[in-house]
Amino acid sequence: MTTTSSAPELAVRTAGLVKTFKDLRAVDEIDLEVRRGEIFGVLGPNGAGKTTMLRMLATLLPIDGGTAEVFGVDVRRQPHVVRQLVGVTGQYASVDENLTGRENLWLFARLQGVPRSRARTTAVDLLERFGLENAADKPISQFSGGMRRRLDLAASLITRPPLIFLDEPTTGLDPRTRGQMWDTIRDLVADGCTVLLTTQYLDEADQLADRIAVIDHGRTVAEGTPEELKASVGTSTLQLRLADRDQLAAAAEVVRRVLGDEPTLTPEAGGLSVPLTDADVAADVLIGLRQSGVGVASLSLQKPTLDEVFLAITGHGTEEPSATDTDPAAEPAHDPAHDPATSTDRTLETSR
Amino acid sequence: MTTTFAPATPRDRDVLAGVRTHLGPRDTIAQTMTMAWRATKKMRRNPEQFFDVTIQPILFTAMFAYIFGGAISGDVSSYLPLLIPGILGQTVLTTCMATGVQLREDMDKGVFDRFKALPIARVAPLAGPMVADLLRYLIATTLTFGTGIAMGYRPGGGVLGVLAAGVFMVVCGWSLAWIFTFVGTVARSAQSVQGVSLIILFPLTFLSNAFVSPSTMPGWLRSFVNVNPVSHIVSAVRSLANDGTVTADVGWALLGCGIVIAVFGPLSVRAYTRKM
Repeated sequence: MTTTSSAPELAVRTAGLVKTFKDLRAVDEIDLEVRRGEIFGVLGPNGAGKTTMLRMLATLLPIDGGTAEVFGVDVRRQPHVVRQLVGVTGQYASVDENLTGRENLWLFARLQGVPRSRARTTAVDLLERFGLENAADKPISQFSGGMRRRLDLAASLITRPPLIFLDEPTTGLDPRTRGQMWDTIRDLVADGCTVLLTTQYLDEADQLADRIAVIDHGRTVAEGTPEELKASVGTSTLQLRLADRDQLAAAAEVVRRVLGDEPTLTPEAGGLSVPLTDADVAADVLIGLRQSGVGVASLSLQKPTLDEVFLAITGHGTEEPSATDTDPAAEPAHDPAHDPATSTDRTLETSR
Repeated sequence: MTTTFAPATPRDRDVLAGVRTHLGPRDTIAQTMTMAWRATKKMRRNPEQFFDVTIQPILFTAMFAYIFGGAISGDVSSYLPLLIPGILGQTVLTTCMATGVQLREDMDKGVFDRFKALPIARVAPLAGPMVADLLRYLIATTLTFGTGIAMGYRPGGGVLGVLAAGVFMVVCGWSLAWIFTFVGTVARSAQSVQGVSLIILFPLTFLSNAFVSPSTMPGWLRSFVNVNPVSHIVSAVRSLANDGTVTADVGWALLGCGIVIAVFGPLSVRAYTRKM
């Protein structure tokens, strides 16, 4: 048994990872290093290749090029070993609709060789831990979205795998359930797990991840801590709407003078926006505007959105690209359960 | 054989301790039986899945006997010894087809992602439902014989002959179901499985000796009917149930079933593993 592990402290390592669907490179030479015990966030819009990458690492999709290792074990050569090390929770709950919550956990425990009596107690423990004990004997069809996600995550933890993949764990959840999911994910790491998660929300990556890779069109466009990432776009954005839109040029001049940055103008709305490295300097801008006699109708100070991060890093926003160049990248086309059409109406901005 | 994984470096040991590189046959069987348990749960909660094995044997047996009995054998009761084994073959083949359709439907669901991501034998998610389907073949076989007997069929092979014929038919059904399982793993949708399966099913059942004696057919057709595996299965059931004798057809049919499993079993697993 030879494994080529050059860096044993890594939970995941990929080099030049490639996945091609017909003539589209959904994952285009991604290099990734996830350290043990950290939460690593893969951030990107729909169709960036996040799910495809995760599915390759989880042995659910064949790897077309490059190498991938999980705890030093080659994913392509030893998928059976990798499957024992990784718990996967997909974007769409992969639990059995025909079974109850308890039966689901029992099924997955038994399939992984857990003896009958222990499978029963494991199911009870997990149901309790995820607050599902009251729904234990209800069919999944009566579960809410959040309950399904929790059951799905519980099913991934039966054998306590050292590495957990979470594909958009909170997409489609209400804010309260989302917060609960975040707490659960933090608990996992406290227990010694390594977590690799994908998300399209900057604030989720910000809240959870120790390090983030930003992915766009199958390529890594930025990598670093959340702080580094946000610093690259400014910590927040100042948005102004002027009382008199004819004063837009004068306002832009003030911003340029005070901040030394070029504001983005929206003349039809009499508005302008500019990234701030420090929210405190907003006051300087306002004073400058007052001194120049420019009236302000409304103003807001906003945290950077994923859109702005993208704009700053890639020079283009997270606008939905045309169907031909995004859909197959998001998910394999033949897999109806993963139809990206179901998620295109989601906002790409961070929720505040 | 189970081999313990040798860790690459000392620091990997905690994580890789207890990890295994291969599955033994015992694991495979245990996982298959667990998947069979899942399939029986599913059957119990979707009783409409039993329509084909409950209504069809009763309806078709009565229908075919009363429509064709007089024309083919002079009267209904003398047609029954010819018809019952034939209709049994047809019913079990139809049941096989449902195996493929249901597998396809099942594979489109999210839970199959988890099955694929789990360290389990690739054959278990395919073979599990097929083990549970033994129950369906048993119901279909029992109801066909039951309906026949209620209509006046008196099998000459006695209880033992009928039991042997029933077991034989269940074995054949399970083996032939691998063909439809393969269709299920390669087809794009449940509808296409149904379509392709019907194209396989109709010629196999009707271009056989299931309903009429091939002696009345033109020569070119007779030569196909004589090599059709369904003909051998039906002949074997007739000899077992009607005469209580084990003829060469039983051997040929079982050999054919073995070949089907040997070919379509690995093909199905390969198609399933690739379709990720």
